[in-house]
Amino acid sequence: MFPFSFEWAWDIPHLVFHGALWYVLSIVGLGLTYCIIKSAVDTFREEDNGHH
Amino acid sequence: METTPLIPQGVKRCSKLQFSLWMAAAGAVLLWGVYAMYLVWFKGLNQTNMNDAYGFALWIWADLAVIALGGGAFFTGFLTYIIGKDKLKNIINYAVIIGFICYSSALLILAIDIGQPLRGWFIFWHANVHSMLTEVAFCLSCYFAVLTIEFLPIIFENPKLDRVPFLHHLSHNMHRIMAVFAATGVFLSFFHQGSLGGVSGVLFGRPFAFREGINVWPWTFFLFTWSAAACGPCFTILVTWITEKLTRKKLVKDDVIQLLAKISGWMLATYIIAKIADTLYWAMVTAPSMGFSFMDFYSGNPVYGIWILILEIVICGIVPAVILITRKGREAKSLLMLGVVLAVVGVCVNRWVMILQMLAVPVVPFEEWFMYAPSWQEVATTILPVAYGILVISLAHRYLPVFPQERELNPTN
Amino acid sequence: MKEEHGDKHTKRYGMVIDLDKCTGCGACMVACYAENNVPFKKDETDKLDSLNWIRIFQLTNGKPYPDTEICYLPMPCQHCDGIGKHGHPPCVSVCPAIATDYDDSTGVVSQIPTRCFGCRYCMAACPYHARKFNWWDPVWPADTKKYLNPNVSTRMRGVVEKCTLCFHRYQQARDKAYLEGREEIYESEYQPACAQACPTNAITFGDLNNPDHAVFKLKNSPRAFRLLERLHTNPKVYYLSSKTWVRRAGDNYLENESRPKSNRQKIHS
Repeated sequence: MFPFSFEWAWDIPHLVFHGALWYVLSIVGLGLTYCIIKSAVDTFREEDNGHH
Repeated sequence: METTPLIPQGVKRCSKLQFSLWMAAAGAVLLWGVYAMYLVWFKGLNQTNMNDAYGFALWIWADLAVIALGGGAFFTGFLTYIIGKDKLKNIINYAVIIGFICYSSALLILAIDIGQPLRGWFIFWHANVHSMLTEVAFCLSCYFAVLTIEFLPIIFENPKLDRVPFLHHLSHNMHRIMAVFAATGVFLSFFHQGSLGGVSGVLFGRPFAFREGINVWPWTFFLFTWSAAACGPCFTILVTWITEKLTRKKLVKDDVIQLLAKISGWMLATYIIAKIADTLYWAMVTAPSMGFSFMDFYSGNPVYGIWILILEIVICGIVPAVILITRKGREAKSLLMLGVVLAVVGVCVNRWVMILQMLAVPVVPFEEWFMYAPSWQEVATTILPVAYGILVISLAHRYLPVFPQERELNPTN
Repeated sequence: MKEEHGDKHTKRYGMVIDLDKCTGCGACMVACYAENNVPFKKDETDKLDSLNWIRIFQLTNGKPYPDTEICYLPMPCQHCDGIGKHGHPPCVSVCPAIATDYDDSTGVVSQIPTRCFGCRYCMAACPYHARKFNWWDPVWPADTKKYLNPNVSTRMRGVVEKCTLCFHRYQQARDKAYLEGREEIYESEYQPACAQACPTNAITFGDLNNPDHAVFKLKNSPRAFRLLERLHTNPKVYYLSSKTWVRRAGDNYLENESRPKSNRQKIHS
């Protein structure tokens, strides 16, 4: 899974497989992070607006 | 102080007592399965009827079957978010929940199935990128994460949770970029559904299952994805229909169901043509080159006769495809449900033969057919996800706004 | 091809089993059990969940008396080279955790039990049923623990094991050769337990690539055949038999290829 596992090889099968994996994980991770940050910002903004 | 009800407003739900009794019944079955799971985990796989000839058995079939049936989630998601079939937004929530149940069940069964569950993480850490099973494990886990992400906003729409400002926004924001998650899910699903087909298709030591293909992908790779896309939505329709019968109310409009059934029907029709072509090539070219005649696989044993191929391809393939692609078939409720049930059975039979019949066939000429019947522990742990699914669906239906058309179809006043 | 530790050429260790000589005595099985610390059950009636790295089948020509003929066939892991002789046996590429590997320098298909998490995909892949699963934890009754071979680690419940061609003996022979300043090991220095135990010398073991080794000539004998060659598993275990029906029993044939129907009989030794 990681280049420091001893069975890792810098060959095409590893690059294709793990490339796709990390690409997918990045999209999901970034998407989720975006949602959480945006929601936190929205929540604070709403609270601020409530105070005014 | 105003209290927020747990149950969504404007919908009718059964009494607490009735719900509790129902949940207790499902819970009892679940406990039986959990006990069997405990036995397998603590005493080992000697609790099963598997043996060295039957290293894969009921559990692997259950895995393949629930993943195919859970395919409704990715394919309905694909149609809704990517193709833009807006009508299907009325059933996508339920498709996601059913998919979530199917995939979590598959992961649980896999965790029970391996001989050293505590080493299960080796499949990720020491991944062999050439193994179909590695691809399955990665895509399955990633797609399960995607399904969880798709399920979360539905949970946050529970009236009580919706009152929490952060969760309200989170649900809203997740809905907004759901197409991104859905597209990722579709990508993952194409691969793991295919890899599950590849699991038996690559085995060149097993003439019953081995298939040629393109590059590293045997034909079963494509057939499995195709059949999951065809039959998964049928399972979504079937579960929706069962839910409607149990709750005694209409939850999804007929035109939504019929659109999904029509697409499923065409997928099934094209799949079954491809499957017939694949079977013919295998029977006439692949198997004979390995020294096997077609009937070698369907004779000389007490169970696997030619009937199973007819059941899979004709009765549970051609027949439901014809029903679902014709307007009359889709519009007559009983015919529609017959088509849907047959398609679901068909995909399960396909997964069964690709695992269990594959291992039953003697390959070494001086060996006999290997027969297998599961132990009660295997059966109980396979029924366990069904009970778990009933519990999750019951909770989701009671407390979450799963069906957008429910209020319109069942006005309370 | 890879070369390791100064080997002059890549080795392909394998064996040739002369079925004309095999009496089905089971000495190879016993030797294997002792050498490789293979555990056994209290009741060994059901062979389908027995651990044995080498099994003996009894084949018959199926003809009635007095034309009945039988033949005993010992079957260890076939150490397949797989399609194209590039180390692609049916079992290796399927293992999700690289718990089984093809050693390029010897051709031995290894099994790493501590890596295996028991998914059993390799067992489904192997047409010879050479792979065995530890359905139970090993039990060593009374003092038998004291007789375990210290050079082979015992395995635990939930993992797959199989014949390693006594690879630990190869390692020992390599160590010895290194200490003595030799690059090559002698044929006699590396012999698996089953080959040594066979009272009729039915099992010959060596480097199939080395013209000086006995197996090199034997594998080219007109009596030689391999099991399931038509699947392209490319095994490194060869069998010898002077009987046509035995040689034909090694593979599947279509009706018009006049397959001898009688061979579908199996008795475990």
